[in-house]
Amino acid sequence: MPGLEDLYREIILDHYRSPRNRGELPPPAVRTEGHNPLCGDEIQVYLSVDSGLVSDVKISGQGCSISQSSASMMSAAVKGKPIAEVRSIVRRFKSMMTLEEEETAEADDQNVKLGDLEALQGVVKFPVRIKCATLAWNTLLQGLDEATA
Amino acid sequence: MSKDFANLRQDFPVLSRVINGKPLVYLDSANTSQKPHVVIDAMTDFLENGYAPINRSAYQMAAEATDLYEGARTAVAKFINAPNANEVIFTKNATEALNLIVRTWGIANLSHGDVVVLTHMEHHANIVPWHMLVAERGIVLRFIPLTSDGQLDLSNLDALLTDAKVLSFTSMSNVLGTINPSKFLCAAAHRAGAIAIVDGCQSVPHMATDVQDMGADFLAFSSHKMCGPSGLGVLWGRQQLLDAMPPFMGGGNMIADVRLDGFTCAELPAKYEAGTPPITEAIGLGAAVAYLTKIGMHNIRAHEIDLATYSMNQLTQRFGDDIVIHGPTNIEVRGATHSFAFKDLHPHDVSQVLDQSNVCVRAGHHCAKPLMRLLGANATVRASFYLYNNHQDADALCDALEQASEFFSPS
Repeated sequence: MPGLEDLYREIILDHYRSPRNRGELPPPAVRTEGHNPLCGDEIQVYLSVDSGLVSDVKISGQGCSISQSSASMMSAAVKGKPIAEVRSIVRRFKSMMTLEEEETAEADDQNVKLGDLEALQGVVKFPVRIKCATLAWNTLLQGLDEATA
Repeated sequence: MSKDFANLRQDFPVLSRVINGKPLVYLDSANTSQKPHVVIDAMTDFLENGYAPINRSAYQMAAEATDLYEGARTAVAKFINAPNANEVIFTKNATEALNLIVRTWGIANLSHGDVVVLTHMEHHANIVPWHMLVAERGIVLRFIPLTSDGQLDLSNLDALLTDAKVLSFTSMSNVLGTINPSKFLCAAAHRAGAIAIVDGCQSVPHMATDVQDMGADFLAFSSHKMCGPSGLGVLWGRQQLLDAMPPFMGGGNMIADVRLDGFTCAELPAKYEAGTPPITEAIGLGAAVAYLTKIGMHNIRAHEIDLATYSMNQLTQRFGDDIVIHGPTNIEVRGATHSFAFKDLHPHDVSQVLDQSNVCVRAGHHCAKPLMRLLGANATVRASFYLYNNHQDADALCDALEQASEFFSPS
């Protein structure tokens, strides 16, 4: 049985206690909302896209340590990055969060570094928590689609 | 805890399970209950020695199966003191039972502007079917509010019930554990000219139920929360209402005759049991009802009052201001179900740590989101006790909470 330390790595608890990029952005920033219907968690992702870059991102809402730290690390990882790179990071992260080996990654994705986000790898050993870790990411994807539509 | 209740733990094979060297501490019975040997054996025996269809074949085994299935119905009727076993309808679950009322009685009797009164502590199963009728028919919903300690605020009840056609309420909150005054509410509904529908999912497994004394018109409850199998619910309704209602699902078993130009319905209870029912499950519920009756519902309630008192005291004494237990503090009006907030920890994180000690609790919104919004929480941890729990289970819960507290405290 995997231990709690596999799930709650120190970096995760750090992001949970001191979340980065908390807050809201006024329009025209895109606001998208995600729900985890199992536990009632809610998250709002605010996204400013400017000249092909994710120029700013803010996160609000409530959730468990896994969903909140994942959102915090996500915001740090994508802020200031070109949209194509952000999509690569999302694909890399989501493939790390899947139990099956899926070939959804594209060639360039291999060059993307997940950095701190690697700490969330342990979540896969606790399948019921995968939805917590991916909530912010799915919400970000929606926002990206809206912002670039 | 009395000796009888200490001994009956042996009746539940799963309670002897050890995971990673630690015993199972099952505190999720408001969600679904564990099953005693007698229920498992009754179902196994039927499957091994007598499985056959009911109501439609002449051979001996089919006749025996029909007797077992109808015997279960009679046992359930007696368990809730229904005047007539034909008023007991087996459904897929309690959710289907509540939907059945809305889709039959509701469709036949409610139109634009008609008022249905619910409470702020209902399970989604007693809210969403009515919302669907709001969208389709334009009925109007009113909600009985709650007091600050999680009881129904009945100070304005008569006004809320004015011109109402229905009062539909839970007899016990699955979140707060609040036991509602069902008899009083049924009488108030009738005075206002409304029918009374009772969601008995949380009370029927834990205390004696008498539909005639309660004065309800309909009662819905589930098998799996009362030591019976999943896949089965019960709808009890007064015969004159059930007779007058249109059918629910059409198909085999529910008809008296089918012609090219139409059909006529079967008599109760077949009218509401289209298709092959959960035969094995009904036989399992029959065994569960016999088991609970043998122990005595009043004894079970007394045991749970003891558990609720002990666990509440332990939680408050050991954690003080770090724990906020929702719902009434008066044990007379609450069951052994505790929903709580623990420090500033998210319920998911708490339950994850509790799982390391095999302490099984529910973390989430408990299918009662309007109530959760009122509590100002996305989710709570819920520990719920049943006849097979004991003081050690409450102690294990507290010990595991202490571990959660240590684990998440800033180092």
